[in-house]
Amino acid sequence: MAIIPTTASGIAAAIASKQISAREVIDSYLAQITARESDIHAFNLVTADAARAHADAIDADIAAGRPIGPLAGVPIAIKDNLCTHGVETTCSSKILEGWKPPYDATVVSRLRDAGAIMVGKTNLDEFAMGSSTENSAFGPTRNPLDTSRVPGGSSGGSAAAVAAGFAPVSLGSDTGGSIRQPAAMCGVVGVKPTYGLVSRYGLCAYASSLDQVGPFATTVADAALITEAIAGHDAMDSTSIPQPAPALVASVSQGVAGMRIGRVTDLPAGAEPEVIARLNEAFATLEAAGATIVDVTLPSLSYALTAYYLIAPAEASSNLARYDGVRYGLRVNAVDTNSMYGATRAAGFGDEVKRRIMLGTYALSAGYYDAYYGKALKVRRLIAEDFERAYAQVEVILTPTSPVVAFPFGDKVDDPMAMYLCDIYTIPTNLAGHPAMSVPFGTGAHGMPVGIQVLAPALGEAPMFRVGGALENAAGGVK
Amino acid sequence: MSPSGTPISAADVAKVARLARLDIDEANVVHFTEQLAKVIGHFSDIDALDLSGVGPMTQPFPLVNVLREDIEQPCLDTDEVLAAAPSSDQRRFRVPPIIGLDD
Amino acid sequence: MTQDPLSSIIATEAQMLEGGWELIVGLEVHVELATKTKLFSGSPNRFGDEPNTNIDPVTLGLPGALPVLNKQAVELAMRIGIALNCSIQPCIFHRKNYFYPDMPKAYQISQYDIPLNIDGFLVLPSGTRIGVERAHLEEDTGKSTHVGGATGRIHGSDYSLIDFNRAGVPLVEIVSRPDIRTSEHAKEYVAELRAILEVIGASDAKMEEGSMRVDANVSVHKPGTLFGTRCEIKNVNSIRALGRAIDYEARRQIDVLDSGGTIRQETRHWDDAEGRTHTLRVKEDADDYRYFPEPDLVPLAPSAEWVQAVRDNLPMLPAARRTALSALTGYDTQSEAVIVVVERGQHDYVQAVVDAGGDAVRALIYVQQGFAEAGPVPTVSAADLAKLTVLERDAKLSATQAKTVLAELVEHGGGDAAAIAAAKGFEAMDTSAVEAMVDEAIAADPGAWAKYMAGDEKASGAIVGRVMKASQGKADGKIVTAIMQSRRG
Repeated sequence: MAIIPTTASGIAAAIASKQISAREVIDSYLAQITARESDIHAFNLVTADAARAHADAIDADIAAGRPIGPLAGVPIAIKDNLCTHGVETTCSSKILEGWKPPYDATVVSRLRDAGAIMVGKTNLDEFAMGSSTENSAFGPTRNPLDTSRVPGGSSGGSAAAVAAGFAPVSLGSDTGGSIRQPAAMCGVVGVKPTYGLVSRYGLCAYASSLDQVGPFATTVADAALITEAIAGHDAMDSTSIPQPAPALVASVSQGVAGMRIGRVTDLPAGAEPEVIARLNEAFATLEAAGATIVDVTLPSLSYALTAYYLIAPAEASSNLARYDGVRYGLRVNAVDTNSMYGATRAAGFGDEVKRRIMLGTYALSAGYYDAYYGKALKVRRLIAEDFERAYAQVEVILTPTSPVVAFPFGDKVDDPMAMYLCDIYTIPTNLAGHPAMSVPFGTGAHGMPVGIQVLAPALGEAPMFRVGGALENAAGGVK
Repeated sequence: MSPSGTPISAADVAKVARLARLDIDEANVVHFTEQLAKVIGHFSDIDALDLSGVGPMTQPFPLVNVLREDIEQPCLDTDEVLAAAPSSDQRRFRVPPIIGLDD
Repeated sequence: MTQDPLSSIIATEAQMLEGGWELIVGLEVHVELATKTKLFSGSPNRFGDEPNTNIDPVTLGLPGALPVLNKQAVELAMRIGIALNCSIQPCIFHRKNYFYPDMPKAYQISQYDIPLNIDGFLVLPSGTRIGVERAHLEEDTGKSTHVGGATGRIHGSDYSLIDFNRAGVPLVEIVSRPDIRTSEHAKEYVAELRAILEVIGASDAKMEEGSMRVDANVSVHKPGTLFGTRCEIKNVNSIRALGRAIDYEARRQIDVLDSGGTIRQETRHWDDAEGRTHTLRVKEDADDYRYFPEPDLVPLAPSAEWVQAVRDNLPMLPAARRTALSALTGYDTQSEAVIVVVERGQHDYVQAVVDAGGDAVRALIYVQQGFAEAGPVPTVSAADLAKLTVLERDAKLSATQAKTVLAELVEHGGGDAAAIAAAKGFEAMDTSAVEAMVDEAIAADPGAWAKYMAGDEKASGAIVGRVMKASQGKADGKIVTAIMQSRRG
């Protein structure tokens, strides 16, 4: 039996050159899912039959000499907040349990057009609200590297699926770090593209002005490959940047010689010492590879958490109002419509979702708007301006992805503020709308992986991938 | 005085839950009030910032005049959509009597 | 023949409220725009289709759906703004959050503090200028049908059924300033607004079908004091109902105030059958819509070139049409004939009749009186009508005969007026024959003649009537009058 490549690019090349069939690839990955999924719970739904049928169709196309897409036969796991036509999409919430969307998200149809094969819908913190995937209504996902620990969140299922070898690549969504933080905790690569680079059409909204879809992968090159496949203008999303998808894979191997890379001197404290040690090693590595390290300041960064936890819940309180039991999803019957609303939403949403809906409703309500939401929008601009000043001096900035490595289950569930602090380094880029990625770089406490975050200005994906590629090359040498 | 950082009361939480159509019993109002008070307490940090002359940022990537042509697109299949509804009747979505709501 | 200028003043006087109260009215008018598709998605904007067929992910508020603004809706909204003398400004959209089963997302995308059109005005045909505060874009809701219960109304119903075909249909909400002082002016405002919306192609503006919905904010106060508490009147489904509702509501508020009561700020429902308003709901502090800028849309900032292009392509507005028709016919711009003909969109037709050699005054009057149901382009050709006007002007037909021929033309959708007149045996009467008939009539009714001689103009009617009867309508009334005047000396 042929050896199955472990990367998306390797699989696509092997299938296109007929060294291996799409069916062999998908069977191999489905076998891995069968072997370990009960321990990990990365998926809300495994679409094995549809995946095999899709693989067979690709093999038939190849046999008949018909043209195939650039990702033909590449298995991919899709976060369960991306709409898939006719395939249950739940956002890991009881309120959407059983809902089969009548349409596909743009990213889903683009991946299918490229020939990628969906293996399943991955678990998440309910409506992407959380940092550990413990907020899923269908039970938590376990970290494949240590199943007593969380995989991070909210895209914990997508991170775990790649880390466990259930798929070479997956899609997540990132509103305040929901791709990068679980990527760091599971030891894989995670990318949040520039706001507007990837269509949000069909992504069940958490916070519209912060949400962005992006990939998980085992290599930086695969992450670039999937970003290329899903990026580019979409007329269905008014906030989509009217530009074609950029070429990114080539950047990964360009090296960092001559690049100016920022070190934030006033980074908010709180990171574990091992995490800071890895960050310093990363700077040393890049400097050795020819980059110049430049000190920058981001004085408003410490206010990002407050701005985020006002803006995101405010938008969420409005975005999640549509789950009212009228047109789809759960309904708890009651004597009148107003009672039906209250009962349905009380039964359908988990506590964290309720907390954020109430927080956001409060921040927008009469008498509080100016003090909370209005002020947060101004802080958001201050943060963006801080970045603007920094990017006048450097091409990218390096920080830790998460202040902590993957923690044990139950560690923070009863303390929302402690959980929110996990996102302290990832939130600022969402507020600014910039791209950022997490690259695995050695390990920290308990031998769990550490992720280094590469931040870049809007549409700075190419320099970001250059630095990501260099970090990946060096990571083999760190502990 | 700016209300940011001032504690949220149980009455505030009950009112907000009503606005958001979330039935929450009294015990849970107390529980949520404690948790939200902790989070909102943290928000007072931005009171230290001088925000005079800073404009609000509502959109991360500045675009303007994104418009579509007035051209019909295919519609969803009514049967498929109604099949996903909790209740339907006469090809319409069915809801309990509409009372207790504004006009 | 022009309208008595006193009549409008008398109408206004009649609205003055006893006890020194003054009426204050502001109108909020929602109009559905005549686009092919919804405001934010591509499903059809079409009335009367099977329920829940004009639906897409955006219309239904499905998870993941995103709005994209319809360019034509913006253009029509700009036409409205320009026609109402508004400034067009860079603007944004807001979300208005509230739960209701016909509002799919539980928020309405609307415009809040920075709307597209601001600070305009509308000059009523009677000359009064009414300020327009704003005219903004927003999306319509779906439609609820209440089933069961005795009345089919919302209260007492067993359940409700929702059709989302109308959800997302583009609306422009036109908000007047509280400049309206009489129910007549309110009616005039809506009639003029409707005429403008039709002329510029923005909306079919049918109140009866709901494509134009009028809410009236009504209050009363004593001049020189602050405005009173206002009530919002909903469910006004015709211009006539608007006048009745305002008059009723003003009377109700005055009765409350005169008996020492106070007015609550509330929304009231007009019941046209009962001829009264009912409390629908009391405005509460709980009305907390939590407006915030819609993050799924980007700002709209029409360029100066775009605004100018819309302005340049705007057709002639009703006021200008009245001025033109007035110049053509010599009738006052405020005369009923001019107002009615412009309202019906038949001004171009009158011009065409004149262009075909017709008499302008007669063309106007024929169209006003004979073409009420004919629409902007009557089936009777301009040339056919022109011939009839000439026959009457040249005294080949009496006014009465001409009216008969006109009815024939309307009935058959045209024809040769001269031939019809001939077939009916109409011919102009010899003046001497008419003189003889006048003398016979005077002889037959000397009492009436004596009164007429004494200066009682009304007494001429009896004489003229006798002549008309004797001539079987063939005598020209104007000639009869002229003969009588010459006899009187």
